[in-house]
Amino acid sequence: MEIINLEGTEETPKVVLDKDNGIFEISGRSLPEDVSAFYGQVLQWLDKYAAAPNPETHFIFKLEYFNTASSKIILDVLSKLEGISGAKVYWYHHDDDEDMEEAGREFSDIVDGVPFEFKTY
Amino acid sequence: MKYVYDLHKIMIANNLILVYEGEFTQEITKSVLAMAERNMDAIGEIANVKRKVFNVMVECLQNIVKHAEDLNEKDEDGLKNNAIFMLGKQVNEYIVTSGNPVRNEVIPNIQGKLEKVNALDKEGLKELYKEIIKNTEISEKSGAGLGFVDMARKSGEKLGFSFEPINDEFSFFTLRVTVPRDNS
Repeated sequence: MEIINLEGTEETPKVVLDKDNGIFEISGRSLPEDVSAFYGQVLQWLDKYAAAPNPETHFIFKLEYFNTASSKIILDVLSKLEGISGAKVYWYHHDDDEDMEEAGREFSDIVDGVPFEFKTY
Repeated sequence: MKYVYDLHKIMIANNLILVYEGEFTQEITKSVLAMAERNMDAIGEIANVKRKVFNVMVECLQNIVKHAEDLNEKDEDGLKNNAIFMLGKQVNEYIVTSGNPVRNEVIPNIQGKLEKVNALDKEGLKELYKEIIKNTEISEKSGAGLGFVDMARKSGEKLGFSFEPINDEFSFFTLRVTVPRDNS
């Protein structure tokens, strides 16, 4: 399966989606003006992946900041993971970033079909 | 040239560390954010406060960019590039202020969202955030007021706002959001 590997910018996150190596990660900053344009490829990739997923999918979110427009589409990404058996979310936040931790906890409340593990960095 | 000195004095008197007036785009949003970040870094602002100010600034600036498109496309009124953004720093708080023209007919909608947000406490805002995020399509341009909810949560204070009439069609919408500095 194709690999998505996007370098992060000041307004878009680093994205790595690599089935063969079992790497699934979105990290950095997410505040694009057009969130659909950026995340469309991620959602499409996940649809294809969901048809034949690995036995385990450890999806890492290591976000420093995201805007409210991104938050809706992050929920879409998480909802896709709900439909993949063996999926687990690793939600990273800075030690002192309570807002990011709380954002993760809120997502985990909404998306109850996928387990979350919280980690600091 | 006295107006330069006057403007300078007004900025000092109001503790304004950043003022931008003119056209608002995503590119300009990024520049303004970078300047504010550098400014807060330079004074050694703590990370938690910096992140909250950044957060409020993004929502504020992107609101202006998004809604500038709602104005007269041909810009016959000359209002399209007529918005202002300010960041002020007091001893106890940062103050993010923005002003932009809006159509008079959208005022009740904006005001309703702000009043709803201002009537809620921390827990209420959290519930409203979850409710909106679950039920909103990304394509909905107005964002259903998620930006206001997020700003209120990051601020912990009520959102200040006013509408000053420009003419029969437009008013100048001002939004003021404070972020406490000593919220450890």
